[in-house]
Amino acid sequence: MTTFLQFLIDVLSLGGAYALMALGLVIVYGILRLVNFAYGELIMVAGYTMYLVSGSGLPWLVMAAIAVLMAILAGIATDYVAFRPVRAKSVTAVLITSFAFATLLQNAALLFISPRPRNVPLPEVFSQTVEIAGVITPARNLITIAAAVILLALFSWLMRRSVLGIAMRAAATNFTMARMLGIPANLIISSAFAISGLLAGVVSLLWIGRIGAVVPGIGLEPLLIAFIATVIGGMRSLQGAVLGGFLLAFIDTTLNFTLPQDLLKFRDAFTFSLVILILLWRPEGLIKGPASGQRT
Amino acid sequence: MGKNLLTIALLCGLIVAMVVVTKLLGVRLFDRIAINLCIALVLVLGLQVFMGNSGILSFAHIGFMGVGAYTSALLTIPSRMKGMSLPDLDPFFAAIELSPYLGILIGGLAAALVAAAVSYPLMRLSDAAAVITSFALLVVLHTVMTHWSAVTNGPRTLFGLPRATDLWLAAGAAIVAVVAAVAFKESRTGLLLRSSRDDEVASGAMGVHIPRLRWQAFILSALFAGIGGALWGHFITSFSPKAFFLKETFVILSMLVIGGANTVTGAVFGAFIVTAAFESLRATEAGLNKLDIFSEQVVGLTEIVLALAMIAVLALRPGGLFATQEIGVLLTRRRNKREDSP
Repeated sequence: MTTFLQFLIDVLSLGGAYALMALGLVIVYGILRLVNFAYGELIMVAGYTMYLVSGSGLPWLVMAAIAVLMAILAGIATDYVAFRPVRAKSVTAVLITSFAFATLLQNAALLFISPRPRNVPLPEVFSQTVEIAGVITPARNLITIAAAVILLALFSWLMRRSVLGIAMRAAATNFTMARMLGIPANLIISSAFAISGLLAGVVSLLWIGRIGAVVPGIGLEPLLIAFIATVIGGMRSLQGAVLGGFLLAFIDTTLNFTLPQDLLKFRDAFTFSLVILILLWRPEGLIKGPASGQRT
Repeated sequence: MGKNLLTIALLCGLIVAMVVVTKLLGVRLFDRIAINLCIALVLVLGLQVFMGNSGILSFAHIGFMGVGAYTSALLTIPSRMKGMSLPDLDPFFAAIELSPYLGILIGGLAAALVAAAVSYPLMRLSDAAAVITSFALLVVLHTVMTHWSAVTNGPRTLFGLPRATDLWLAAGAAIVAVVAAVAFKESRTGLLLRSSRDDEVASGAMGVHIPRLRWQAFILSALFAGIGGALWGHFITSFSPKAFFLKETFVILSMLVIGGANTVTGAVFGAFIVTAAFESLRATEAGLNKLDIFSEQVVGLTEIVLALAMIAVLALRPGGLFATQEIGVLLTRRRNKREDSP
C-alpha cells in the first residue's frame, strides 16, 4: 500500500510538471504548426532571473512573479525575433531560427553570467518533507501537484470560456478562416507565446526546486520531455499534451522502479526509441487534434 | 553537363587554392584551421546531400559523425593503448589494429549501415514530425555513446587514436565529397528527390517512391558524416561524446543555412564563410581572455554572433547566399547574357 501511494505521488507530481511543459510547447505548435526549440531556454531565463533578483531581499513570491514575468517576455521575444520574420516562409527556416534563438539565449547566459551553476533562492517549504499515511515525501512534490491542478484548471477555463481562448482554438483549427473573420493573427500568436512563457516560468520554479541551481544548459531536459510528451499525446491536441505528460511520467517512474541499475542509465534511449515507434504507428499521436488548416 | 563540370571545377579549385595558400604560408595555426575546414566541408556536404535534396531538416547528422569516429577509434587504437583507454573491451576488438586509412573508410561504412538500419521507417514522415524524430535519433545516439562505457569509455575522453589526417588527406576527402554531392544532385535519384522536395503530392502522384529515395540520400549523407567524423577523430586524436551533440550540430547547420541548403555551392561557401568568422571570433575571444578585463572567461561570443547571422540570413534571404543555382550555372548564364545583349 505504501509503495503504491509512493508510486502514485511520484507519478502525479512528475506528470504534473511534464504536462505543464508539454502544454507550453503544444500551444504554439497547435496554432503555428511550428516547433519552438527555444522553449527550454524560457525555463532557463526564469531560472536566471531568480538568481539575479536573489540578492534584492524581496519576498520569495515576488521574486517568483518577476521570474515568471521574464519568461513571458522572453516568450514574446521569441515570437518577434525567431518566428515573425520568417513565419510565412518555409517550415525548415522557422525550425532553424528557433534553434538559433535557443543557442543565442544559452550562450548569452554563458557569456554574461557564467558557465558554472548558480544557486537559486528557494522557500523553506521546498526542502521540507511531509508524511501522508506512512509515506514520507518531499513537500515540493505536493506543491507541484497543486500547481499543476490549478494551472490546468485555469488553462482549460481560459481555452473554453474566454474570448481569447476561443479565438486561439479557432486559429488552431483553421488559421486562414479565423483571420478572415477578423481575428488579429499577430495578437493571437503573441498571446500563444505569452502563455507558453507563463507555463515555462512556472515549470522553471518547480523544476529548479528539485535541483536548487541553474546552469545554461538547464532547458534541454525539459525541452526533450515536452517533445516526447507531445509526440505521445498528439502534437495538435491540448488534452493530448496533458495525457502524454502523465503517461511519460508513468513510464519513467515505472522504469525507475523496475529497471536494473546498469540499464537505467540508458533510460533516455529507451524513451526516445518509444517516441520514434509511436510516431510511426500513429503519426498524429494518441489524441488527434482538430482537422488541420493551412499555416500562415 | 558542362555547367556541372564548371561547378565542380570551381569548387574544387577553391579548395586547392586554399590548400596551396596554407602550404605557402606555412603557419601551424593556419594548417590546423585548413584541416578543420576540410573536415567541416565533408560534414556540410553530407548534410546537404540529404537536406538540400529532400528538403527535410535532419538533426541526426552529427550523431552519425560520432558513429564514424568511434568505429574508427575502436579499430585503430593500438592494442596496448586499448588496455588503458578501454579496459573492458571485448577481446576480439581489443586485438584488432587496422591502418587508420582503412579505419576511416570502415567508420564511414558503419555510419551508413546504422543509418540504413534505423532510418527507413522515419523517411515516411515530413515536416515537424520528421524533425522531432531526427532530434530523437540524435539523443538516442548520444545517450548510447555516453553510456556504452566498454566501447566508448563513457562520458570520459577517449584517447590514443593514431594521428593520420593531414591537410592532403582532408582536402582530398573534401574534393571527393564535392564531386559526389554534385553527382548525386544531378543523378536520377537526386532529380526525383528534388521533385519531391518541391511538391511532395505531385511527385508522389507521378510514381516517385519518396521514402526509398529519401532513404538512399540519408544513407549517403551518413556515409559522409561517418567519414568526416573518423577524419576528425584521427586529426584531434582524443575526444568525448560531448563533441557530437548540439553545439557541433549548430555549427554545421549554420554553415549550410548561411550558404544555402539547396545548392552544393552554398554548402561549400557557407563552410568557408562560417569557418572564417568562427576562427576570427575565437581569436577575439582568446584575445579578450588574455587581456583579463573581465573577471570570468569570455565564452559563447562566437555562437551568439553565428546565431544572429543565421537569423538575419533566414529573414533576409531565406534560401541562403546561393538559393537555387549552382555557381557554374550562374556564371554561364551571365556569359550568355553578355553575348546576347550587344
